[in-house]
Amino acid sequence: MGEEKGNVKWQMNQKCATIGFHANPGSKAVKTRVSLFVTCIVDQVFPQVGIAMTQVLERLGYPVDFPAAQTCCGQPAFNSGYPEEAGIVARHFLNTFRDSEYIVVPSGSCASMIVHHYTDIFANEQKTLEQARSIAPRVWEFSRFLIEVAGVEDVGASFDGVVTYHDSCHSLREMHIKEGPRRLLSKVQGLTLREMEPAEECCGFGGTFSVKFPEVSGGMARTKIESILKTEAGTVVSVDSSCLMQIQGAIDRARLPIRTMHLAEVLAGR
Amino acid sequence: MTGQPSETINQTLGDARLQLAIYSATNRLMTHRAGAVRADLLPDYQELRTEANQLKKHTIEHLDHYLELFEKNVIAHGGKVVYCSDSQEVADFVLGLAKERGAHLIVKSKSMTTEEIHFNERLEKHGLEAVETDLGEYILQLAHQRPYHIVAPALHLTRYDVAEIFSKNLGVENEVVIEKQTKIARAALREKFLHADIGVTGANFLVADSGAVVVVENEGNARLTTSAPKIHITVAGIEKLIPRAQDLGVFLTLLGRSATGQPLTVYTSFLSGPRRNGEIDGPDEFYVVLLDNGRTKLLADPEKRQSLYCIRCGACLNHCPVYRKIGGHNYPWVYSGPIGAIITPQFHGVLKDPWLPFASSLCGACAEVCPVKIEIPKLLLKLRSEVTDAQRRQGVGGVERLAFGIWAWVMTHPRIYLMLARIGGIFLPLLPKVGPLGKWASQREVPKLAKTSFHQWWKAREVPK
Repeated sequence: MGEEKGNVKWQMNQKCATIGFHANPGSKAVKTRVSLFVTCIVDQVFPQVGIAMTQVLERLGYPVDFPAAQTCCGQPAFNSGYPEEAGIVARHFLNTFRDSEYIVVPSGSCASMIVHHYTDIFANEQKTLEQARSIAPRVWEFSRFLIEVAGVEDVGASFDGVVTYHDSCHSLREMHIKEGPRRLLSKVQGLTLREMEPAEECCGFGGTFSVKFPEVSGGMARTKIESILKTEAGTVVSVDSSCLMQIQGAIDRARLPIRTMHLAEVLAGR
Repeated sequence: MTGQPSETINQTLGDARLQLAIYSATNRLMTHRAGAVRADLLPDYQELRTEANQLKKHTIEHLDHYLELFEKNVIAHGGKVVYCSDSQEVADFVLGLAKERGAHLIVKSKSMTTEEIHFNERLEKHGLEAVETDLGEYILQLAHQRPYHIVAPALHLTRYDVAEIFSKNLGVENEVVIEKQTKIARAALREKFLHADIGVTGANFLVADSGAVVVVENEGNARLTTSAPKIHITVAGIEKLIPRAQDLGVFLTLLGRSATGQPLTVYTSFLSGPRRNGEIDGPDEFYVVLLDNGRTKLLADPEKRQSLYCIRCGACLNHCPVYRKIGGHNYPWVYSGPIGAIITPQFHGVLKDPWLPFASSLCGACAEVCPVKIEIPKLLLKLRSEVTDAQRRQGVGGVERLAFGIWAWVMTHPRIYLMLARIGGIFLPLLPKVGPLGKWASQREVPKLAKTSFHQWWKAREVPK
């Protein structure tokens, strides 16, 4: 009983799957196609993060596609005081992902841009605003997709070593992603998670802030690294590649033997 | 960025002693706050924040009504209300009153509003003596410095600094023991209290339905300021109004906890009118100066007017990683940190310090701890776009605008994006280290562009199918 095709539970599951919630999390029965939005920084600088994300999703049985017209979410312009230019790029995103049911993003910051700020940009453009509103619930930050849609914590990964997790600001404070990545890490075989204090303090990246106020931004990165060093972890994990680029850049400048990894890379490891 | 005080910012960053002072003081304040709003001690903390936000929103949107109600109730208690549109009018009023009453000495308790209008300097020009009686403010007055922090004005000074300031200005021995330093200050200040003609305070809240001025403090100096001299003048911004005395249940619960982690400050004074017949203390005359000084300008913008909700707890400063690096004096006005970054451009115009709204990583720590839920990052973004708009109208900032224009065009033409990305991958390492790349490289290693982009990887992967 329960899994027969056509019964009430099966019907519910079918309906729920199309709007983003499975009545039966983790079920292998219904897997909707997911569209990757890898973000411009992963595309150009950290493609291994996108590859890892693809591997994890496919291992879980999700058919994955990659809308080839994708570029950027528009955040660099938006955060620099150019909402109009950001809007041009945002509109391109909305068109590119118009038909996607699940849009999975390896960045809480880019996901937040789409979910929270597109509606600000298009506040006075009714039609585009509706498009933005309709796409928001279909945008999933990678770790949240795993926990809430795929319904998994243990993806069968293994990792040898001590890691510490950096809460990237937009993931934490705009997307409220805090426990998910930690739960996923805690299920990775051989991995020890050691929290830094404080894990929630900004790394200092902040987009163009990092080049408009380089000394302040660099100082913030060095403070972050001090917190990391105290954990004696060999690896820093986060769900945002841009923070990791900042942290790794400062680590390399200080010639420290620490590496940064996106959560997807850890979860793809076997 | 244009106009930013890079030199002094770098001095602050390079001063290890100062960095430690800022870091440990803000750390202490953060820890205390976190302890005071813990879910087991204050289970309805988030609901209180929402309520405080709603109360402020309501008040600010009905300020005309509450101003009149407050005035009516102050008068009913025998006090007087004076409306001032700017600092000059405040000075004129106080000077006029001092002249009429033959007053020379003014004692003051801590007030950001009077800092905002350079109250002391204006009065001193006319031969009056105005003495700060809050310990931190007193030290700063002697040292001729402005507050470093909204709540902890001398946060950047160590006891060794204070010893030097005291010995230089008060003719005392170099004293580094903090308890002894407070005794020195107390002795000097008691004399001032006893001889003061006028006491001036700010206000934390102006209660409309009772006409009361509420002042919170820890040192007892505000209480002396409001009871020893014959005249008490409150100088407060019009945004300090709250509708009812019962609303203090929300605001006092949040203010001390957010500021210093105290459930309540040591003293909470409710001041309503001069001393009445049969009362043993209190001033003979009671004035409330309601100051605009640009506040009604902020009121005009439906989104940004939430900046006026601020109750000056300083939590956003303590939690701001930028404030914690650059400290208070690199901000252009007396209000520093995230709240300073959103109100300064609104008071002074966005082009006066165009760099200010950009001096944030938009980490959002400020909004997370704000007891009245001001959406600081959102307002910073709004102000950033106002800066670039104003610059365009002035014909400046064209290079950046052009760059983002080209960027937007490239990002909406995937073929061009892919082509440029490939070229960039080859040429980026050869670019001279100037411009943004050089700025990046001044602090950290430049990441290498990947040999194969994700786009290319995906395309290659699809071929076998």
